[in-house]
Amino acid sequence: MAEDKDSAEAIVSEVHRKISEAFDVFDHEFNKTVDVREIGTIIRSLGCFPSEGELHDIIAEIEEEEPTGYICFEKFLPTMTTVLMERRFRPIPEDLLLQAFEVLDQQKKGHLEPEELTKYLTQEGEPFTPEEMEEMMSAALDPDRNVIFYKDFVSMMSVDNHR
Amino acid sequence: MGCGSSVAIDTRRLTPEVTAKIPSPALTMKAAILIQRWYRRYIARLEMRQRYTWNIFQSIEYAGEQDQLQLSSFFSFMLDNFTQLSGNGPDLISHLLDPVVNPQTDRARLTNHEQIIVPESYNGPRLTFPLTVSQTDALLTAFKNQQQLHGRFVLQLLQETKKLLRQMPNVVYFSTPYAKEITICGDLHGRLDDLLLIFYKNGLPSAETPYVFNGDFVDRGKKSVEILILLFAYLLLYPDHMHLNRGNHEDHIMNLRYGFTKEVMQKYKTHGRDILKLIQEVFSLLPLATVIDNKVLVVHGGISDVTDLDFLRSIERHKVKSAMRFPRCTPEHTQVARSSRAPLWSRPESPLCDSRRSEGKTTKKRHCHITRQGSGSSSSSSSSSLMCSPRGSLHPCLTPHPCPSASMPSLTDAFQAPFLDSFSALLVPLPSREEVEWKQVVDLLWSDPKSQPGCRPNTFRGGGCYFGPDVTRRLLEKHALSLLIRSHECKREGYELCHDGQVITIFSASNYYEEGSNRGAYIKLGQELVPRFFQYQVSHTTRKLTLMQRVRVGEGSAVRALQEKLFAHRSELMAAFQHYDTSNSGCISVSEWAVVVESVLRMDLPWRTLRPRLARLAPDGMVEYQSCFEDMGPGQPIPQVSPNFAETLYRYRTDLEIIFNIIDKDHSGQISTEEFRQTWRLFSAHLGVEVDNKAIDDLARTMDFNKDGSIDFNEFLEAFRVVHKLDSKDQQEC
Repeated sequence: MAEDKDSAEAIVSEVHRKISEAFDVFDHEFNKTVDVREIGTIIRSLGCFPSEGELHDIIAEIEEEEPTGYICFEKFLPTMTTVLMERRFRPIPEDLLLQAFEVLDQQKKGHLEPEELTKYLTQEGEPFTPEEMEEMMSAALDPDRNVIFYKDFVSMMSVDNHR
Repeated sequence: MGCGSSVAIDTRRLTPEVTAKIPSPALTMKAAILIQRWYRRYIARLEMRQRYTWNIFQSIEYAGEQDQLQLSSFFSFMLDNFTQLSGNGPDLISHLLDPVVNPQTDRARLTNHEQIIVPESYNGPRLTFPLTVSQTDALLTAFKNQQQLHGRFVLQLLQETKKLLRQMPNVVYFSTPYAKEITICGDLHGRLDDLLLIFYKNGLPSAETPYVFNGDFVDRGKKSVEILILLFAYLLLYPDHMHLNRGNHEDHIMNLRYGFTKEVMQKYKTHGRDILKLIQEVFSLLPLATVIDNKVLVVHGGISDVTDLDFLRSIERHKVKSAMRFPRCTPEHTQVARSSRAPLWSRPESPLCDSRRSEGKTTKKRHCHITRQGSGSSSSSSSSSLMCSPRGSLHPCLTPHPCPSASMPSLTDAFQAPFLDSFSALLVPLPSREEVEWKQVVDLLWSDPKSQPGCRPNTFRGGGCYFGPDVTRRLLEKHALSLLIRSHECKREGYELCHDGQVITIFSASNYYEEGSNRGAYIKLGQELVPRFFQYQVSHTTRKLTLMQRVRVGEGSAVRALQEKLFAHRSELMAAFQHYDTSNSGCISVSEWAVVVESVLRMDLPWRTLRPRLARLAPDGMVEYQSCFEDMGPGQPIPQVSPNFAETLYRYRTDLEIIFNIIDKDHSGQISTEEFRQTWRLFSAHLGVEVDNKAIDDLARTMDFNKDGSIDFNEFLEAFRVVHKLDSKDQQEC
């Protein structure tokens, strides 16, 4: 068995590699930069669940003094390593998510009307764009009943998303 | 930014309130944020998967192109060595490397085509020349109804097209008529549905609706023949309003790998050979570039730092039959008398003295007899090192070779001017005129733009260049152009802008890698030359797939393609895995696994992310490395050969198929056992793979089922096809 110090180092280097791999997928020019608009996808794909506001904070932290529209890996790596090591933006457990849907389902019908859900998600919080809403609807809507059975939807989505 | 003060924590406190009948606005807002955060993360994960799927497809695609280019160095190698081995001349593949010998005059051919009898039973369209609109309409209808055009009409159409193209310049200049728009389309790759969709949305080609089709009409898709017929028919009908640029797939050697040759032979059993021959000529006559209103350059791949449009206007483009065929100057050229076929590019009369020396590790004993008979003599010696690069090293023209800095114009001058003395004294080797012409064409057809400045060889694809924004700017400035439109790369949205908007990539084959992988697009340019983009996607399913479903389909076939790669490198991988697995446990760490796979396959992919789809973990989190080969095996029981040999066969299956196809001149699907033996021996020598001669002989003997001395190589290759045991679906054609 390795010593603690060694294994801590090994963990950090594994985290570094994971970050580098995710970053590279978006580094189309192979020059260790990515478009700032892709940073959210990279961070989220690394298992983090930040809100839009938190995302903006991270971007502000790693952006150049004069924003170029690109984020370079050197700046991204230390910040992201801290985020992952401190386990910030933890996953949202399924039961909590279900509760959130239940909050929106005011009559406790067990389902939501598409208009209802659209209203909440495009007007409240950190609103969805029409494209985001449409994409979610296409997966969430029960084609026969034309409503969202959110419990099924949530469990389907969590199965999908397991690696 | 506050650590851990995320909304999730706050929401946890809401739980007791959930039971409340009417939730407070604050509560619904928190619920909405939670759902939004969760959903955006979900979409990000899908986006990531979609991206790496894309990267897999692209890596595999470009790896194939590299193989193809390497294969051409094998052709040269073979040509050299076959003579020595069999002693009966390099006839085996010389017809491929040398210009088509055509004993028939075009006129004779034309009457021949007219004499082909079309059976009564044929109910497809019939063409007469000159073509009319009703005939192109009939073609459209027939192709929509899955009908074929009879071989006779195909040959006639090609002959007419050839006649027309011969009069076209290398670079076509034209202006958009007042108040009209021109439509520019990118790669079609045999996807007839995309072409029909463009015609449907945008209108059929006509004086009112002029088009530029920017190359890569054929290969990969199943309807390349139909696409060519339609494009050529409209070209004949509206020669002033229909413009076709050559792409890197308008190349008969590319067609051997990427399916067009096969498609023609399958659709035209009787006339296939003649059709292919004629198409090869037509391809080499396609214009290389189009310039719209003196402002917009349209070219299939791109440019390099030596691209010179003025020079390009002066070349004889039909000499470049294939990017895979390096202009070579071998003893055969100097000893023209020996073979009656003087290759087109050999110009004994040209006062050119090229003394490029081989620099690489190539064997130099070859015929590099530099006949420098005193300065100023018009000797025509040249190097042969160019074509002899065993062991798969790329041809010097394709590998990083120092571009003599912007020396093109002076070089070309030198070719015409009689002051060679000064040049022959230089140490810097001069490329021959043929090489320069060839490189100019290859750069146009194969290059890709990059955001880094400068110009580098395109190592990813193996041919052409990467050109930076500065290269674009210089060329546009020099010719007073404002925009470069190119194709050649698949883009998710069907188009993409780069180099500060000076370069547009346009790609018109939707679902190129996989159903749902990308949209297709075309450009409309009006008088003011502001491009407008139109996107579309051919859909074969009635219901719109969700993002998840689309991702899954694409990912599935990408992963299958990767598994095949793993399988084809099995013993190399196993040896490397075992190197790490010192305790023989069958397991190594994820990190070690990723390092091994990356170094053996030489593909830059997110292996850690892909690992769950390629290999199983043991309970302790280690990778059971054998599991990445589990789901696969040979398609048929294979003849008794050593495992290493079998693996080599798997790996080079596509290359072998092309080689066999070349040897098999009449496309009978049969080659002699002797040819088989010799080819394989040479190929393995070329690859540097050690294969026991006895194993080859044994294999040849087993494959010759009826002992008539010939091998059905399609059957042979079928045995060396990797299949997925768990997945009986048809193989993806790559």
